[in-house]
Amino acid sequence: MADRGAARRIARQKPVERPPELQATSGEAAASSLELDRLIHERMRLAIVSALAVAPSLTFAELKQILGTTDGNLSVHARKLEDAGYVTVMKSFADRVPRTEYTLTAAGRNALERYVGHMEDLIRMMKGPER
Amino acid sequence: MGKPLRAQEPEPLHRRAAEDLSFIRATMARATPLTAVPGWGGVAMGVSALIAAGFAARQANPAEWLAVWLAEAVLALGIGGFALVRKAFRAESPGLLHAGKQFAGNFVPPLLAGALLTPVLYRAGLAGHLPGLWLLLYGTAVTTAGAFSIRVVPIMGICLMGVGAAALIVAPSAGDLFMAVGFGVIQIGFGLLIARRYGG
Repeated sequence: MADRGAARRIARQKPVERPPELQATSGEAAASSLELDRLIHERMRLAIVSALAVAPSLTFAELKQILGTTDGNLSVHARKLEDAGYVTVMKSFADRVPRTEYTLTAAGRNALERYVGHMEDLIRMMKGPER
Repeated sequence: MGKPLRAQEPEPLHRRAAEDLSFIRATMARATPLTAVPGWGGVAMGVSALIAAGFAARQANPAEWLAVWLAEAVLALGIGGFALVRKAFRAESPGLLHAGKQFAGNFVPPLLAGALLTPVLYRAGLAGHLPGLWLLLYGTAVTTAGAFSIRVVPIMGICLMGVGAAALIVAPSAGDLFMAVGFGVIQIGFGLLIARRYGG
């Protein structure tokens, strides 16, 4: 099942301009009040989870093409997501060629939803009350 | 003397957050072209092309023949555009909508070239070459736009280009037959394949 919630939230999110006078103080407050998921805060892992959120599953080759990365880099980060239970890996053979297929788990989808929520909260906090 | 060196200021958190959201959105967009092309829309376009080919073959003079195919072109583009937008909105995915726009953006230029060349060839008395030209340019449009889509889309484009080339080189007099094969049979075949495998 392709992504629904996260994709819709991201689509609605608009760029936010923060008043310059709030930059120094509210930044520290926001940083301390938000507990980011460090696992998907890393760009490559965030990209893997985001790509899998809109596709039922993606093969290793498809992910590599979408993310424009190397075999080694993708393997390392995908393994960390697999260890955390954010993605599942299915290995098979297609015409005698090994095929590795990744699927986002419910935990992974929830993690992405939380992460998007944190980013939105952070932007709102920086923007401050509407004047 | 140059300006005094300043310590690099840390990136504001809200900017990093906005960049992260943009990054997520862009990644989703890259991952969703897999399903942006409307299969059922292609089938409907193919059926309308088969009907138009039947009408066009019965026309006695080139002006009426051209009118039939121009009307069909408008109808087919309307069907295709509607199907593309409908599929993107039904999927409720911003990535798919982005992919649809990307597809359309790469699809249009070869069609514009065809629109410009059509009156030129017609006035030069070369209407018999129009089917080959249309198929060749439509195939080019599908191939270039399909570079951002699933593999079957550019393959369909290459097939259309092949039919167009055959119409131009082998038998310009059998234009309606080539139009029926290219715009009709090929689009219906690939449309069914896309609809079944890639969600409509």
